[in-house]
Amino acid sequence: MPRIRLPAVANWFTGTGEDFRLLGTRCSDCASVFFPREDVHCRNPGCAGGALVEVPLSPHGRVWSYTDGRYRPPSPYVSDPELPWRPYTLIAVELPAERIVVLGQAVPGVTVTDLTVGMDVRAVPGVLYEDAETTWTTWHWRPVEVRT
Amino acid sequence: MTADVAVLGVGMHPWGKWGHGFVRYGVTAARAALADAGVEWRDVGSIVGADTVRGGYPGHVAGATFAKALGWQGARVTSVYAACASGAQAIGAARAQILAGLADVVLVVGADAAPKGFFRPAGGERPDDPDWLRFRLLGATNPTYFGLYARRRMAVHGDTLEDFAQVKVKNAAMGALNPYARYRKRVTAEEVAASAPVADPLRLLDICATSDGGAAVVLSSLEFARRHGAARPVRVRAVSTVTPRFPNTVLDLPDIATDSAAAVAPAEVTFRASIARAAYEEAGIGPGDLSLAEVYDLTTALELQWYEDLGLCGEGEAAKLLREGATAPGGRIPVNTSGGLASFGEAVPAQALAQVCELTWQLRGRAGGRQVPGARVGITANQGLFGHGSSVVAVV
Ligand SMILES: [Zn+2]
Repeated sequence: MPRIRLPAVANWFTGTGEDFRLLGTRCSDCASVFFPREDVHCRNPGCAGGALVEVPLSPHGRVWSYTDGRYRPPSPYVSDPELPWRPYTLIAVELPAERIVVLGQAVPGVTVTDLTVGMDVRAVPGVLYEDAETTWTTWHWRPVEVRT
Repeated sequence: MTADVAVLGVGMHPWGKWGHGFVRYGVTAARAALADAGVEWRDVGSIVGADTVRGGYPGHVAGATFAKALGWQGARVTSVYAACASGAQAIGAARAQILAGLADVVLVVGADAAPKGFFRPAGGERPDDPDWLRFRLLGATNPTYFGLYARRRMAVHGDTLEDFAQVKVKNAAMGALNPYARYRKRVTAEEVAASAPVADPLRLLDICATSDGGAAVVLSSLEFARRHGAARPVRVRAVSTVTPRFPNTVLDLPDIATDSAAAVAPAEVTFRASIARAAYEEAGIGPGDLSLAEVYDLTTALELQWYEDLGLCGEGEAAKLLREGATAPGGRIPVNTSGGLASFGEAVPAQALAQVCELTWQLRGRAGGRQVPGARVGITANQGLFGHGSSVVAVV
């Protein structure tokens, strides 16, 4: 039986392929944008607090910084201790329209040597891990042009 | 300006991996601080514990636990949690009690028995906790955030791996002179460069370890200090425990994203810089008045960031300040004369107190081979997870 695909965290992203978007919320009073989404109160201290409406974030941004994890992270990160650890790359991305920096893993195969600060990247669907029944999905950052 | 309180005594248990419980470290430090102050435990009116919940004993509340171990004597108890900033908040709470007339003498204690390996959140499924989420969704350990900051500095300010290594070389040389430090060996830049990569661009010797340790401070009113025969005690002049201001635009552990600055312009200074600014304002001093600083060098690169956030130099000029030797012993403003986290490793709730212990020894002129000649004013700076600022100004 094929695994079902479920988001590793609910309502943080939507869509597939070119239509994939991170989802935040925007305050209808002051227009502040929140990611991860705020659904209860606007966090702008100067705002009386408007309704928070779901909004897709810009799919493109620029690399603010990047790093990698050379050692296996502890739980609750899920990884198979039987398999050798494969370092993953983390990218912090500045979305110009929202003026927000969002952290994410790079698509598998992208290493720190492929990256520079300021480079264009795009949010794409990715897989965080799989178990017997489920493929747990997430967002990844993919450089728009990977240097070879 | 707020009124001063006196630092009557300080004490520490050596940092290390001793394999004991945290109570033992805290009690050892507390007894040392009481002896240093010349105060009997039964005469202490209030005890403040700096807490942690990471060492596996949530609920084993630090303040009361230390009071019990020292022998119940009825003192007022307070316990505070502010992650790495717990110690400074404990000092803030103690100072407030003294200035409000609630207690003449307050014992402040912080101690930790650190877990092995990476810090990690408590167990269970807790998707509403940003600390849990960053591990589950990203595997973003503390060192990966440190790697992001270091790479950003390299890209924006031109810092080099050699600059980072020189911070370790400087701090290790001071730690070698500190009997309470865990690592008491000099380190070369070559050794830093040869250590294992952990989170690009940082290597093992760029990043502080996690340690066991305990530190304690006895604070009192100036009036009590006078009656007690301490004519010219070291005094705490400012305690900054500020939170960030919206929008907080520097990506910070354990968050997955910054606040958005789309609707509201960010404050003129970053959160870290605002921590020091609040301390300077409360103390009525500026960076030019400092004799020394103890900063939270979770990594070599972060020490450089603190130079700028404390206003020791302009933005982007920290590596230049380091290269000039200004922050080394004998320099204009020695930083981390204790050896810093580079030499101690982090014992979370004790660390901000350990910084104050070093200031106290320096301001008394009793720091031995680490002594900054004629030290009169010192500052500590530190930042705890979840938005806890911490800075203490001490004077003599
Ligand atoms: Zn609002």
